[in-house]
Amino acid sequence: MDSKMQQHGLLGSESDSQRTLYPYVTGTSVVALKYKDGILMAADMGGSYGSTLRYKTVERMKAIGKHSLLGASGEISDFQEILRYLDELILYDNMWDDGNSLGPKEVHNYLTRVMYNRRNKFNPLWNSLVLGGVKNGQKYLGMVSMIGVNFEDNHVATGFGNHLARPILRDEWHENLSFEDGVKLLEKCMRVLLYRDRSAVNKLQIAKITEEGVTISPPYSLKTFWGFSAFHNPTVGAEGSW
Amino acid sequence: MDLNMDLNAPHSMGTTIIGVTYNGGVVLGADSRTSTGMYVANRASDKITQLTDNVYVCRSGSAADSQVVSDYVRYFLHQHTIQLGQPATVKVAANLVRLLSYNNKNLQTGLIVGGWDKYEGGKIYGIPLGGTIIEQPFTIGGSGSSYLYGFFDQAWKEGMTKEEAEQLVVKAVSLAIARDGASGGVVRTVIINSEGVTRNFYPGDTLPLWHEELEPQNSLLDILNTPSPEPMTM
Repeated sequence: MDSKMQQHGLLGSESDSQRTLYPYVTGTSVVALKYKDGILMAADMGGSYGSTLRYKTVERMKAIGKHSLLGASGEISDFQEILRYLDELILYDNMWDDGNSLGPKEVHNYLTRVMYNRRNKFNPLWNSLVLGGVKNGQKYLGMVSMIGVNFEDNHVATGFGNHLARPILRDEWHENLSFEDGVKLLEKCMRVLLYRDRSAVNKLQIAKITEEGVTISPPYSLKTFWGFSAFHNPTVGAEGSW
Repeated sequence: MDLNMDLNAPHSMGTTIIGVTYNGGVVLGADSRTSTGMYVANRASDKITQLTDNVYVCRSGSAADSQVVSDYVRYFLHQHTIQLGQPATVKVAANLVRLLSYNNKNLQTGLIVGGWDKYEGGKIYGIPLGGTIIEQPFTIGGSGSSYLYGFFDQAWKEGMTKEEAEQLVVKAVSLAIARDGASGGVVRTVIINSEGVTRNFYPGDTLPLWHEELEPQNSLLDILNTPSPEPMTM
């Protein structure tokens, strides 16, 4: 089965070395926001394989060291590899045994360097990463894309979340959200994503990181609402429409 | 043959492979068809390959790629076993497979690693294209697996016995063979538990018939020669 869409010029042929050309098993949106005590992050547990919703219990958020939480969308194997890199990073940091530990800002910077350098070699890690954390009372929430674009903000989202969740967050986020309000806001975003993102799966986790540490909720599902009268008979008066 | 495939969709892989855990071990299952284009190159292949005494792998996708990966992993595991002084764990075997798949992204092979070790009991690891590793109570792979997602969603349950698990696997592979052109031949299963490994073989005539399939006959002549049924009387 050889490629019929050979790309000439800069990209070379498909069988060249080890370049990630396109993702296979992918995770969809991650949404996160800063709240009173730290960061709240939500992601569903789906691993899609093209259009098939193949894996339904993939943990796309993981604690990194004591102070950070990483969420990823995109190719799951690349996310698993990033977790291995970070494992090593945290291990070496602990081995210094100097009372210091890497904070979210440092981890975010490390990830940015990794992603950007891979992009320069035309062999990207096919992920959009969300890095949140709290250290010494300072809340931090940042994002890195597969091409190395990185920034910090009060609320971030990847993938479809960019289009569906961020407008909601822009409207309804405010400084010093309580835990309950933060969770409700994230759930509002996740529900919209569930309705409108084909690769969303109704099994999600919400993670919280505060000065005390990381807690990732057990998997759970959201109720959905279908009771609009317009939904019951949408084509009355216009048979054949949809 | 469709020459303008969408390269961004995962390539479908000729085969049906399944791995299922039960209380005490694992059952691996596969069909036996190897095709080159439309021709069936081997109608009785063995897609369940041994890695160690207690770990086997189901291979799908490119026959060459899956064989070379399993050959390397068998070689590495052999050395690992000698150094370790005891049988390798399923997790180690699966991670070796993952390393090869992940670091050689051009390989077109989806693998299911299954086995039994004394630390974790029976375990199944799915390693699809790209090199993601994912431990699951059961997993399906290959082109024939498309037809089995719904079936397993309904038929799978936790805590099956060895017999139930094997029946489920045989039924599933048989259903996939019925609908997937790239799957066919016989159903092979391998059961791995603390007692050891058992290989089973289910030729087509032992499998149930599905929709629109007819009972196989030796010849038309046999049908013609049996008397037609008596007309019914009230």
